[in-house]
Amino acid sequence: MKEFLEGSHAVAQIIKRCRPGVISAYPITPQTHIVEDLAQLVADKELDAQFVNVESEHSAASVVLGGEATGVRSYTATSSQGLLLMAEVVFNIAGLRLPVVMTTANRSVSAPINIWNDHQDVATVRDAGWILFFAESNQEAVDLHMQAYRIGEDPRVMLPVMVNIDGFILTHGMEVVDMPTQEEVDKFLPPYTTTYKLDVDNPQTMGFLADPEYYIEMRYMIDQTHRDVLKIVPEVAAGFKKAFGRESGGLIQGYRLEDAEQVFVGAGTVCGTIREAVDALRKDGKKAGLLKIVTYRPFPKDAILAAVGKAKEIAVIDKSISLGSSGPLYLDMSAALATLGAKMPKTSGFILGLGGRDITQKSIFETHEKLTGKQTDCTFIGLKQELLAET
Amino acid sequence: MFKHMTSKAGSSVENKTGSWRTEVKPKFLKKDCIACRMCAYICPEGIISGEGKNTFTCDYAYCKGCGNCAAICPKKDIEMISELEAL
Repeated sequence: MKEFLEGSHAVAQIIKRCRPGVISAYPITPQTHIVEDLAQLVADKELDAQFVNVESEHSAASVVLGGEATGVRSYTATSSQGLLLMAEVVFNIAGLRLPVVMTTANRSVSAPINIWNDHQDVATVRDAGWILFFAESNQEAVDLHMQAYRIGEDPRVMLPVMVNIDGFILTHGMEVVDMPTQEEVDKFLPPYTTTYKLDVDNPQTMGFLADPEYYIEMRYMIDQTHRDVLKIVPEVAAGFKKAFGRESGGLIQGYRLEDAEQVFVGAGTVCGTIREAVDALRKDGKKAGLLKIVTYRPFPKDAILAAVGKAKEIAVIDKSISLGSSGPLYLDMSAALATLGAKMPKTSGFILGLGGRDITQKSIFETHEKLTGKQTDCTFIGLKQELLAET
Repeated sequence: MFKHMTSKAGSSVENKTGSWRTEVKPKFLKKDCIACRMCAYICPEGIISGEGKNTFTCDYAYCKGCGNCAAICPKKDIEMISELEAL
C-alpha cells in the first residue's frame, strides 16, 4: 500500500515485516527514529522480538552478533560515532560469517562534532567484510532491507549486510513509499534456518583462534564469497522485481548512460540531484550521464566497466575522504578503470557535501566544468574561501 | 565460499601447551596436604586434580608453571622446582 512515510518509519516498518527475533541498538542521531519505532512495535506486541536495551553501540553490535550466532535473525542500526564504536564487533560479525542486517543512517564523523549527512562513517568500516548497499530514496531503503536479509542469509553467502541511508535526507525526509504487506514479505523472505549456530545440544566453539596456518584462508574465503555475491545480488534483484513488480537494488543503476561522454558516479541520495543536473546538462547539449553505485562492497568492477568504460570523462562524487589521499569511491573507480589501460577514461575525484553541506545542481554543474579541465584526484567543491584564511 | 567458523567443544585439549613452561614447575610433596582443594581452585588452567589428602597432582602437559598453587597452599606442601629437576 502506498503511504506517505518518513524514511526512519519506513525502515522500521519493513524491519518489522522481516521478523527479526533479536533487535539491539543504542540511540544516536539521525538513526534514533528507526529504533524508537521498533522499540514501540515490540512493546506494543506488534513484533515478536527481543529488544535488548544496551549501554553502548559496542554492546548493541555484540548482542546482535550473539543473536545471530544462535541462528536467530537479528537487526541493529546506528550512525557515525556509533558505527565507529561498533567497529571492532563489525569486523567480528563478518569474520564469524553472521548475516546480521544493519541500517547505517549516514552521518559525518567528529571532530568537529557534526550530526549531518556524509559517508565518512561507512567509509571507515568499508574493509570489514560486510556487503554494503546505498539507498537513494525511502522506497529503495525499504526494498534493500528485504533483499539484504535474502542475500546475507543465502547459504552461499553468510555475510552481514549494511544498508546505508543518508542521515536526515532519508531518515527524516517524507516520501511516498509502497509498503509491502506482511504476506508479501513472508513470501519473499522465508524464516531463517541454519545449522551454523550455537546449540546447547550440540556444543561447539564459535570464535576460535586461527594461527598463521589458518587465518589467511578464512580471509580468502570471505573475499571469494564477495565475488560470488556479485552474481547473487542481481539474481535477488530479479526475484524482487518478479515479486514486487519494481526494479530496486542490483549492483549499479545507470541514467542516460547509453551515449554519455561525461559520467557522474555517486552513491545514495546525491544521485537524485545528479539525475536532475544530467537532464539540465542534456538540455544544454552536453552528453552527461549518471552511474549510481547501489552495491559498494563487493565492488562491482565488471558491471561498472561495461556501463561507463566508453565514457570520455568520469567525475566521481565522494561524500567522504581518506584524508591525505582521495575519496574512497574515487580510489575504487580508478583502480577498476585503470584495468582498461590506454583506453581508461579521464577519471577525476571530487569531494562534496561533507558534514551535510548541501549538494545542489549548481555543485554538480561546477563539478562538470572542472571535469573537462585537467584531471584531478581530489578537488573539493564549494569551499568557502573566507573560512580558509589561516590565523 | 563458506565453512562453519566453529570447532568442536573441548578441542583445545589437543594443544599440549605445557611446553610453554620455561623455568619452574610445581612439585606436590604429598606430606602435609589437608585436601582443602585451594590449589585446584586457584589453577588458571584447571588441571590440578585429586580426591583425599596427599593425592593432588597436576597435568604437566598443560601446566605453565605460574606458581599460584604453591603460593596458596596453606601447608606449604607444593614447591616450585627447576624445570631441570626430576619430580
